[in-house]
Amino acid sequence: MLSITEAKLYEAFAQLKKNGEAVYLPVDNTSGEADFAEWKEGTAISKQLKTVRSAKDFFFPQTENLMKFKVHGKKINVIDTREELSDFVIFGARACDVASFKLLDRAFIEEKPVDTYYENRREHGIVVSIACSKPAASCFCTVYDIDPTHPNADVDGYRVDDTFYLEAKTAKGEKLLKQIEPMMSESDDQCVKDQIATTEKILKNLPFANLDMSRFNGDNMMDIFNDPKWNSISETCLGCGACTFVCPTCQCYDIKELDTGDGIERFRCWDSCMYKDFTQMAAANPRPSQKERFRQRFMHKLVYYPKNYNVYGCVGCGRCVDKCPTHLHIVNVIKTLGEEGK
Amino acid sequence: MQTEMIKRAKELLADGTVKRVAGWRSGDFQYELSPSIFTDAEDLEKNFQYSELAASNMSKYMIKESRKEGKVLIFLKPCDTYSFQQLLNEHRILRENVMIIGVACDGNLDIVAAKKRFGEGLLSLKSEGDTITATTIYGEELTAPRQELLLERCVNCKSKKHVVFDELIGEEGVEVETTHRFDKVDELDAMSEDQRFGFWQNELSRCIRCNACRDICPACSCENCVFDNPESGFSNKGAAVQMDNDMFHIIRAFHVAGRCTDCGECSRVCPEHIPLHLLNRKFIKDYDGLYGEFQAGSGEQETHPLTKFNMEDLNPTEALNRGDEE
Repeated sequence: MLSITEAKLYEAFAQLKKNGEAVYLPVDNTSGEADFAEWKEGTAISKQLKTVRSAKDFFFPQTENLMKFKVHGKKINVIDTREELSDFVIFGARACDVASFKLLDRAFIEEKPVDTYYENRREHGIVVSIACSKPAASCFCTVYDIDPTHPNADVDGYRVDDTFYLEAKTAKGEKLLKQIEPMMSESDDQCVKDQIATTEKILKNLPFANLDMSRFNGDNMMDIFNDPKWNSISETCLGCGACTFVCPTCQCYDIKELDTGDGIERFRCWDSCMYKDFTQMAAANPRPSQKERFRQRFMHKLVYYPKNYNVYGCVGCGRCVDKCPTHLHIVNVIKTLGEEGK
Repeated sequence: MQTEMIKRAKELLADGTVKRVAGWRSGDFQYELSPSIFTDAEDLEKNFQYSELAASNMSKYMIKESRKEGKVLIFLKPCDTYSFQQLLNEHRILRENVMIIGVACDGNLDIVAAKKRFGEGLLSLKSEGDTITATTIYGEELTAPRQELLLERCVNCKSKKHVVFDELIGEEGVEVETTHRFDKVDELDAMSEDQRFGFWQNELSRCIRCNACRDICPACSCENCVFDNPESGFSNKGAAVQMDNDMFHIIRAFHVAGRCTDCGECSRVCPEHIPLHLLNRKFIKDYDGLYGEFQAGSGEQETHPLTKFNMEDLNPTEALNRGDEE
C-alpha cells in the first residue's frame, strides 16, 4: 500500500493548496475537542476519534445564502449568489461520516428535484477517510453494518503511529493521490492488517455492539408510533438541538430571509425537529408538544427510513450519545422502545 | 443515601402525599444519569439513582410539573435549591404543589473532564476518598485525583446549605467561602479590549446554536423566548452571520443578570464547551462590586440589585467611568 509520513503529508497538503484545492482536516481546538478546519502552514491533524460537528457541514452547511433580491422601482432583480467552486479535500472523516453522505445523497440528489447547492459541493468534494483504530464507548456503527476499518470513501486511509497508508477507491481518489505521488512511497502494509485485527476485537466488545434492532424492521410503524413509552422517555427532553446539530444525517432545514437594508438575502439554515417552531404552519403546529417532536426524530431515523428506503437513517457515530445534556439519545430510545417495548 | 431516598419516595407515593417523583434515572452508561419523573415504586427501586454523577438541576422542570394534577416530590442538591428559590421569587413555580427533599452533595463529577482524562473508551467512574477509578472498554483501570475531575461549579462550590426544603436527607452543610470563583473573570478583566474580544470570538465561534445553554438554564423560563419568536424580528435558529450567535449569548447574559444563581448548567451542557458561565459571573462580579454582595436565590427576594434603586446607589455614569479607570 502507498504510505506517507505525517511530515510529508503536510507537504502534500501544501502542494494541493498550491493546486487550488483546499484541505480540511480534524484539528484540536482550545476546548480540547476536535473540529474540522482548513489546513494552513503549521496546522496539525488531530489524533482524536471524532469531531464535535460531523463532516456533513461541507456539503450541507449550517447556513448558506441561496439568492439575493434587489428592488429597483417596480422591478425585482434575482441574483444567484453561488460561487464557482474548486475541488476540495476532506481528510480524516470517519466511516460513519462517509456512510452519512450516502443518506444525504438520497435526500438531496436522488430525490428530485436535485438540490443543486448540495450536488455542486458533493461533486467538488474529495473524501479521504481514516479508518478507526480505537473506537469509543459511544460508537455503534457496526449495528448498521458499517465497517469502520473499511470506510469506503474516495481514498481509504489508515494511520499507524505517524504514518498514513492510503488506498484510492474511486477515480476521484486516484486523481487526488496522483497529485501527491512524489511524497508517497510503496511500503509493506502488515502493520495495517495488524491494526485492523486489533480494531475488530474492540468492535466486538463495544457496549452497544449488540443493540437489538429487530423491532425497527419497517413493518410496525403505527405500533411503534402509538407506543405509550414515548410519553415517559420524552418527558425531560429539553427541546434543545444538540442531537440534531451534531448529527451527520439530520437533514431538515428552514429557509429564511434577511433584510440587509439594500436588499433581501434568502438563506437556509439547519432546522431541528426538537425546536418548537419546527413545521409551524399558519394554522397550527402538527407537533404541539415535545413528545411529538421527540418521537418524530426517532421515527424518522429508525422507522420511516427502513420502511421507505430499506436503510436506517442513523450511522451510529455516537455524537448524540456524547452530547445529549439529558442522555435521552438514540441508543436510549432503541433500548427503551426496541428491547423493553416488545 | 440513595436507599434512604428511594425508601422515603416510596412512602410518599404509597400514602398519596405525592403523585410523581423527580430525580435521576440510571442510563446506558454508569456515568449517565438522566433527569426523570418516576410514578411507581418498582421503577424507583430499579432505576432511581443518586450519586456524585447526578448533575442535572431539576428545578426548572417544576414550572410544568407543579401545574399538573397532584403533588410532585423533588430531590434537590444544595445549589439546585437556589435555582428553585429564584423561580419561586419569580412566581414561576406553584410551591404548594411541590414537596422538596434536600439531599447532601459532595460535588458532581465532570464527565467531559473524565473523558479527556481517561479517553473516549470510558465505561465507569467511581470515587473512593480522594481518588477516582475509571474503567474503559479497552480493559484499562485508571485513576486520577477526584479534585481534578469535579465540575467547575463544584470546585468553586458556593454552598452546601439548602435554602428551601421540606425535609432533608444527609448532613446539612453551610455556605462556603469561595475564594477562586472570580479568578477567570479577573483574568479577562485584566486583558486589553482586543485580547478579551479575541477570547470571546474564539469561544463563541464554536457555538452551534443548539440552544442547550438556554434550554437547561433555570433563569431562562420565558414561555416564548425572543430568539424563538418569529414576530420579534431576530428569531434566528440559524445564524445568518456570526454576530447573531454572539448577540444570542450576550443578550441572554443580560437577561439573566441578577437572576442567575451561578448554577453552571449552561457550561456543563454546552457541546462545544464554551465557558458561558463566565459571562454571567462577570455580571455577578460587577454588581457585587457596585451595589454590595448579592446571591440570587439565596432567600425570598422581591428585587435584585439591577431592579432596585437606592438613593446611595452609584450614578450610572460614575459606574461607567469607573469601568474605564480599571
